[in-house]
Amino acid sequence: MAKARPVVIHGGTLIDAASDRDGAFDLLIEDGKVKAIEKPGVLKEHSDAERIDAQNRWVMPGCIDLHVHLREPGEEWKETVQTGAEAAALGGYTSICCMPNTKPANDSAEVTRYILEKAAAAGASRVLPIGAISMERKGKQLAPYSELAKAGCVAFSDDGDPVADAGLMRRALEWCLMLGLPLSCHEEDRNLSCGGCMNEGPRSLRLGLKGFPGIAEDVMIARDIELARYTKGKVHICHVSTARGIELIRRAKNDGINVTCEVAPHHLVLDDSCCETYDTSYKMMPPLKDNEDIAGLIAGVKDGTVDAIASDHAPHDKDSKQVEFSRATVGILGLQTSLPLLIEMCAQGQISRRRMVDILCAGPARAFGLSYGRISVGSEADVIVVDPQRRWRFGEEENRSKSKNSPFLGRELLGLSLHTFVGGRHVVKDGRLVSELTSNPR
Amino acid sequence: MVDHLLGIQGLSKSDLYRYLDTAHSFVEVSERDIKKVPTLRGKTIVNVFFEPSTRTLSSFDIAGKRLSADTINVSIGASSVKKGETLIDTVRTLESMNPDVIVMRHSESGAPHFAAKHLARTSVVNAGDGAHEHPTQALLDLLTLKQYFATKKRGIEGLKIGFVGDVRHSRVARSSVWAHLTLGNEVRLIGPKTLVPEDFARGAFGTDTIKVYSDLAEGLKDLDVVVSLRMQLERQEEHFVPNLDEYSKEYCISERILARQAPGCVVLHPGPMNRGTEISGEVADGPRSLIRNQVTNGVAVRMAVLYLLARTVGAPEEVSHG
Repeated sequence: MAKARPVVIHGGTLIDAASDRDGAFDLLIEDGKVKAIEKPGVLKEHSDAERIDAQNRWVMPGCIDLHVHLREPGEEWKETVQTGAEAAALGGYTSICCMPNTKPANDSAEVTRYILEKAAAAGASRVLPIGAISMERKGKQLAPYSELAKAGCVAFSDDGDPVADAGLMRRALEWCLMLGLPLSCHEEDRNLSCGGCMNEGPRSLRLGLKGFPGIAEDVMIARDIELARYTKGKVHICHVSTARGIELIRRAKNDGINVTCEVAPHHLVLDDSCCETYDTSYKMMPPLKDNEDIAGLIAGVKDGTVDAIASDHAPHDKDSKQVEFSRATVGILGLQTSLPLLIEMCAQGQISRRRMVDILCAGPARAFGLSYGRISVGSEADVIVVDPQRRWRFGEEENRSKSKNSPFLGRELLGLSLHTFVGGRHVVKDGRLVSELTSNPR
Repeated sequence: MVDHLLGIQGLSKSDLYRYLDTAHSFVEVSERDIKKVPTLRGKTIVNVFFEPSTRTLSSFDIAGKRLSADTINVSIGASSVKKGETLIDTVRTLESMNPDVIVMRHSESGAPHFAAKHLARTSVVNAGDGAHEHPTQALLDLLTLKQYFATKKRGIEGLKIGFVGDVRHSRVARSSVWAHLTLGNEVRLIGPKTLVPEDFARGAFGTDTIKVYSDLAEGLKDLDVVVSLRMQLERQEEHFVPNLDEYSKEYCISERILARQAPGCVVLHPGPMNRGTEISGEVADGPRSLIRNQVTNGVAVRMAVLYLLARTVGAPEEVSHG
């Protein structure tokens, strides 16, 4: 392969939480690494370099998504590793961690390798598989953690099926502690959630929909915090949706317990009033919450209790959503909407941009012990160039996922990632996939 | 634009009275020797029931027939749903046959709303969706109360009404609560916390005027109307009540407690009743009971609903009750 040309990104505002930079810096990318970070004008002598004008743009580390569903193998009509990785690149994500709820589940090195081969062929964002905690994600028998880790898994999770057996969870934590890898946990006590399909409260009562109480999540968060304390293992709490859950995690962190957590953007910007018309595009797991919980989540994002924003990108076909509310599949697309939704929150003054970059980049890297998510000399060149002022419509043309289940489809969003570099590879250029530009020039 | 009747929520007072006044004029039809008017001749009504029902289905069927509409009853058990056809396919299949009205009963809340959203030319009447709404039941209860209070020279506004029992799972209660709130009546919900959660008083109906009681006697105090709700056996398996005996000891409506707490009240029950569980036989068959009137009025109310909806679908036509 021919040596890639160096790239100079100049004129932009570099925002990097890990190195605490927020200001005018130019970047030199060479051999897949960040070669230099300099004050404007210093990098002029690199005349052979491709130059990207980043005036009025944010230059930041590529985002890292700790929670996506790529549906391959098994449900390729909803998404493939390729379409998911491409949607990620367009959305400003340079690394995505894919959940093991494939068919078959990712509980063996074979499945992990299969996903990684597909990802390599896709040549878009980096795909980091998450292995199962238990065989077939059934909560009965531990998965082969060392085998999975050697094959490339970066964490373990039974995804949407919570580990009901506390004993199994304890042993899983002990094994994974030896590998230094976290368990990523969907927290739900099924005896409390009881098939609930929307947030329990006045609205679920009015609509006559079975309520899913926040306590179903909170008791499992509390359990896993105690198990993490006891085993010293590492627990990562998925898509926290309650104010109480955030408070439990805040206290656990103060106690020095090895726990991290993520919040999904839809839980920050949508509330349970969206379910009023039985519109299944607002059916999520955990369900959308009321304003009190949302305020708690935002407080957690602000004060650092929340480590990461995770999209919980969950592609579903139209048929599985075009049914009665209680029977519809859960979740929405997220890879191309997460960054814009966060930028909108910045524009509204709800969070600082420094904090935004932390929870999209360095925070998730810390949570899973990844080396990405930062821009420093010598680091992997995972870099994006973002136009924070761009208003654009997320239409079917723009949507790269194979599925269309997003309540934001057709809506105007603020902020667009224009360039994506994954390990120095220019994957998205001026908002388009480079693979498409070369095969299909416009 | 096609009209639907999906719920009582959102109807104005004048909407309610329009249904009641129309129903009133149909009561007489059912008392005739020849119980039929030609009003909806040539119209097609499909009663599609995804949940078993005897009284509501037969009531809609009779109502349609007395208006001279062609009625077809389709019962789709849970088993056929499992066989694979989705609600959207069923609904589209039915619409392809050009019915004027689809009357739908479904175990899932929001199913008729979903159907209405996907139908271009057909009116949808909600005949009960999950634990959400059952608008025709609320209207027939209102008509029953209107008739009763007319004999006392009273209207149906300014009443104190209490719903006793499993409000959580009751679509009848929800629809009726909306109606009575619109009429400005005092609404109380009475039952154990597991079945009458406090959230009902915290804005579930967009108001904080609703009062929730877990003590039966206290809740019944001075009510004009008591609505007894059906208690289902499954509720004990789902841990909402320890067992039906325990429930009835605390919440069964007896003549003794009514005589003491609300001596002037009348009693409604949407049926089918569990005598001795939520209501005593003495009350059900006694002078306070308006339960039989409810069933009779069911036909008149459903005639009114079908008439008002089917009439608006086609071109305006001469109204004839003759």
